[in-house]
Amino acid sequence: MPQTNASQTPLIAMEGVGKWYGAYHALRNVNLTVAKGEKIVLCGPSGSGKSTLIRCINHLEEIQEGKITVEGTLLTDSGGTVDAVRREVGMVFQSFNLFPHMTILENCTLAPMRVKKVSKAEAEATARKYLERVRIVDQADKYPAQLSGGQQQRAAIARALCMEPKAMLFDEPTSALDPEMVKEVLDTMIGLARDGMTMICVTHEMGFARQVADRVIFMASGEIIEEGSPEDFFSNPQHQRTRAFLGEILAHH
Amino acid sequence: MATIGFNEIYFLLQGLKWTIALTIIGFIGGGIFGLLVALARTAESKLLRRATTGYIAVFQGTPLLMQLFVVYYGVALVGLNVDAWLAVAIAFTLHASAYLGEIWRGGIQAVPKGQTEAAKALGLHYVSRIKDVILPQALKISLPATIGFLVQLIKGTSLAAIVGFVELSRAGQIVSNQTFRPLTVFAIVGLMYFLICWPLSLWGARTERRLQTAAR
Repeated sequence: MPQTNASQTPLIAMEGVGKWYGAYHALRNVNLTVAKGEKIVLCGPSGSGKSTLIRCINHLEEIQEGKITVEGTLLTDSGGTVDAVRREVGMVFQSFNLFPHMTILENCTLAPMRVKKVSKAEAEATARKYLERVRIVDQADKYPAQLSGGQQQRAAIARALCMEPKAMLFDEPTSALDPEMVKEVLDTMIGLARDGMTMICVTHEMGFARQVADRVIFMASGEIIEEGSPEDFFSNPQHQRTRAFLGEILAHH
Repeated sequence: MATIGFNEIYFLLQGLKWTIALTIIGFIGGGIFGLLVALARTAESKLLRRATTGYIAVFQGTPLLMQLFVVYYGVALVGLNVDAWLAVAIAFTLHASAYLGEIWRGGIQAVPKGQTEAAKALGLHYVSRIKDVILPQALKISLPATIGFLVQLIKGTSLAAIVGFVELSRAGQIVSNQTFRPLTVFAIVGLMYFLICWPLSLWGARTERRLQTAAR
């Protein structure tokens, strides 16, 4: 399979990853490598394990089987490797999860000041740079509740970018948004992709997948069923479940 | 019958001073230990959670009066000669820490899980997650219940009289015995309690209303 930005060591590598919630088998033998600069779209029916997969990468979920390496660091349950990985990988959530008691600017400066120990002035300069990039720098001194959903999600993207991560994980970033706000968030993500950010996006926005993805991965029942370039994936799905899924969601778009 | 004059009122005010002092000590001591109890109650360690659940159960399940007795005479039993002040301060701290710990545990758990996840994803450590992200939200949620407990604590300090502590209630008893005017004396004592507790209750109700409108 051709990889546009393939480099020698993958930025993120998952090998034989298995995950259970009690008796429920959430991830089955997941193998995935992500090269630097690569954009991956993860899709699949609800409960297929796609959110769980990306949440394992920054250790919001523990795995019981297999291994995950990020930038050569093998992720273990010990604090040190988890910290190292979280410093390199940013995450954007479906429900934004901005800190409601802090202004947008404070949301963006907290982690750089606490984790990277940069000065307040430096953190604020970085924050304004990224808020400018997501085009809400004029909202910097407001609280999250004063912003629209689309603005909040863009603020959340800026907050993650302030840690200057090497890769970004997006967990259904537009699913909680009103339709008219989906585009502004997707445009921000497309901009990030153009700038070469390594991205794994769990999303049902197939237009976005066609436009930016290097690979589209389809999951069902905790397994990677099929993967391919957007052209192959959409025009010539191999697996019966992929065809059924695409039929479902494309019918609505 | 003697009259109730300046001296009697002054004596009551002295008692009131100790009531307030006891409340402040209990609230500060209970606040510090209560915060630790709340953090242990919400910790990942099962052992910590179980131990603090037991601690809270013991202090919520027994009368404050009995806790005062046990600490007061218990400390003497192990051979330590402490004055009433210290014994009572310890007892109120233990008592308040169990209640405040449980109130704040509820506040911490009422903060949406996504807040902790976002903080973790940003690489924030436990101390920063708690101090910068969770507690500011949790304490705001818990403020009405915390004020409610403070009012209970103020009235609860009257039980310190049982171990010989002359706070407002005990002072009232003494003045009443001297003047043979129990009704008047205890009306004054009651009014003093009321004037402290009522504004606090109003404040608590107001913060609760404000939180409710903010949540809408």
